Amino acid sequence: MKELLIGNAAVARGLYDAGCKVISSYPGTPSTEITESFAKFDDAYCEWAPNEKVATEAAFGASLNGKRSSCCMKHVGLNVAADPLFTMSYTGINGGMVICVADDAGMHSSQNEQDSRHYAIASKIPMLEPSDSQEAYDFARAAFDISEEFDTPVLLKMCTRVAHSQSIVETREPLTDTDKEYLKLPQKYIMAPANAIRRHPFVEERTAKITELAETSPLNRVEEGDGSKDFGIITSSTSYQYVKEVFGDTVSVLKLGIINPLPIKLIKDFASKLNKVYVVEELDPIVESHCKNIGVDVVGKDIFSITGEFSQKTISKALGVEDKYSVKLDADIPVRPPMMCAGCPHRGMFYVLSKNKVTVLGDIGCYTLGSAAPLNALDMTLCMGASVSGIHGFNVAGGEETEKNTVCVIGDSTFMHSGVTGLINIAYNQSNSTVIILDNSITGMTGHQQNPTTGYSIKGDPAGKVNLEDLCHSIGINSVRVVDPYNLAECEKVLKEEMAKPEPSVIISRRPCVLLKYVKPKKPLHVNTEKCKSCKRCMKFGCPAISFKDNHAVVDPTLCVGCGVCEQLCAFDAFESEED
Amino acid sequence: METKNIMIVGVGGQGSLLASKLLGRLLVDEGYDVKVSEVHGMSQRGGSVVTYVRFGDKVYSPVIEDGEADFIVSFEKLEAARYADKLKKDGTVIVNTQQIDPMPVIIGAKTYPEDILDTMKEKGVHVDGIDALSLANEAGSSKACNIVLMGRLAKYFDIPVEKWQAAIEKCVKPQFVEINHKAFDLGYNC
Repeated sequence: MKELLIGNAAVARGLYDAGCKVISSYPGTPSTEITESFAKFDDAYCEWAPNEKVATEAAFGASLNGKRSSCCMKHVGLNVAADPLFTMSYTGINGGMVICVADDAGMHSSQNEQDSRHYAIASKIPMLEPSDSQEAYDFARAAFDISEEFDTPVLLKMCTRVAHSQSIVETREPLTDTDKEYLKLPQKYIMAPANAIRRHPFVEERTAKITELAETSPLNRVEEGDGSKDFGIITSSTSYQYVKEVFGDTVSVLKLGIINPLPIKLIKDFASKLNKVYVVEELDPIVESHCKNIGVDVVGKDIFSITGEFSQKTISKALGVEDKYSVKLDADIPVRPPMMCAGCPHRGMFYVLSKNKVTVLGDIGCYTLGSAAPLNALDMTLCMGASVSGIHGFNVAGGEETEKNTVCVIGDSTFMHSGVTGLINIAYNQSNSTVIILDNSITGMTGHQQNPTTGYSIKGDPAGKVNLEDLCHSIGINSVRVVDPYNLAECEKVLKEEMAKPEPSVIISRRPCVLLKYVKPKKPLHVNTEKCKSCKRCMKFGCPAISFKDNHAVVDPTLCVGCGVCEQLCAFDAFESEED
Repeated sequence: METKNIMIVGVGGQGSLLASKLLGRLLVDEGYDVKVSEVHGMSQRGGSVVTYVRFGDKVYSPVIEDGEADFIVSFEKLEAARYADKLKKDGTVIVNTQQIDPMPVIIGAKTYPEDILDTMKEKGVHVDGIDALSLANEAGSSKACNIVLMGRLAKYFDIPVEKWQAAIEKCVKPQFVEINHKAFDLGYNC
């Protein structure tokens, strides 16, 4: 059957058709839809785990017990999962195991631009890299075969463009009977030194064998051009599509699907027939360095950037193909950055923090947008959970001076992911830190995934539910307060009290994300122009529904959800609801 | 045939996902090779969003670069201008004449260039502006702006209207088919 699928949905289908029975993941753009698509298959198990390390270990457990399994994450998620990753390389697998990781060149929705291929090399785990949805499907299936043939987990590397582009996929007959029996093999699965010492040589031999596979596998292929010996191109992933867009079938291309380990003879043979070889790869010079290490002279990062996303224009520009005519407007077009939605519950808390000039250590989620004008409320954003661990160090370093005017903010899902360990450190080592959990009852930024605090599973069924207040109390935080971020006066009062207390404290700022289906908007407000004194105080709030026209505030009724926070801000009662 | 390139641009939350789903479905049914590329995540939160739709005998790149777009379908005036350099010479912009202020304009740091469509015309761009929001309301839902614009786009193609209507039936829930058929017709006939 032929279907138009995004790369992530194609991966999910490929995993499923290969007999994958268990997936455990943590959401992260651009990887989220793999797991969401897989959740639609009724006869396979699928879950959101609290973080990527937990997900990877859960998938490993399923593999150990004989099921084909997978875990999916974004590039920075692989940092969290790196601990099991490196040692799973030694143990190998029982049921096949595929780890899907999606890089984000261009940082469409990420805090850095790291290249996951380094992990494949460092952990000595094979990595496949598809260039469109058909390959995403095919490679997901092939990854399981390689996993079981060579006794190794396999990394399947996506990137934003392959993950989120739709192209036509032809699916094949699903596999059946992929389950294996559990066998107790202590020397293989107990990675204490005596056993691990024996497994390391196995890993090295395995890499040599998979290198042999890479020399002949159809996953790596040479596409002969029109016979010209001037130059050829070695490429992979989405870069392959850009190369073909520019040159079609006129240039010889070595298209790599197995990105670790890389072939040696195949590359040498390809290069030997050409006067010049270019390597086109996004981010770091992995293939380029390999070529140079094996004595093949190539040109790569001298002409292609190490930063950002490529396109056909990148290739044509670097290789001297003429630019296409394009319209150039001489107009100053204001940027349209993403922002917190009208009625976003985070905004009220950020307004209070900004107004009180509090130092705010931030975290990863929708609330990172609190850093934008006009609120400018954040001082730091590093990685998942770093706000809670970070405020402890910040207060240890600054003492009383910083303790009374510093907080950290972290969402409910991110707190479950890796904030709770930081809070345990605060409770254990008793820094006078104030932690604000922005509990909007969902994982917001990645598009509404359930998490351990919501009480629902990935399939929407009732599930276990972590009670945040109880959790904080039980790890030793005595002062735990809950506020409604739509109530500015309450937020400000509790904030000041908790920052002043000489003990660790948690404020749970609780209200569900306004985009959740069960949250019903109220009637939009309007401005009474006779009462509006044009003071622009409401403009400091950054609500996208409020603008300033003809010397008065104006509410856009298509955006306003009637949250009423602007009513609390206005000293002249100019915002009115229909009932007034 | 040479690959055709359509961009769908707008403000996060305006419904570009349904428009690209409809186009993708239609073009696959017509037997073309198709690629549709969009970026999810951060760009949804009221930010500028862009979707690339490419179709032809064989499509490689999922993205559209400067000077390559045959059409830009824009849900908002400023967004049409933002991507103008992607247009081919003689390219066409189909634009909903609605104005949505971005945050720098809302907080008074920047002004909205209100004559931006005229600026584009002066540069030789074929601008087809329609009040898609009013037409969508006439069809029965302000959310049907996207399908009004698809109706307008259909005028520029040889694909029969019935095929577009059939693709709509495959892409929306049964209870919304009527509104979307009406929205399509209003866009096509205005």
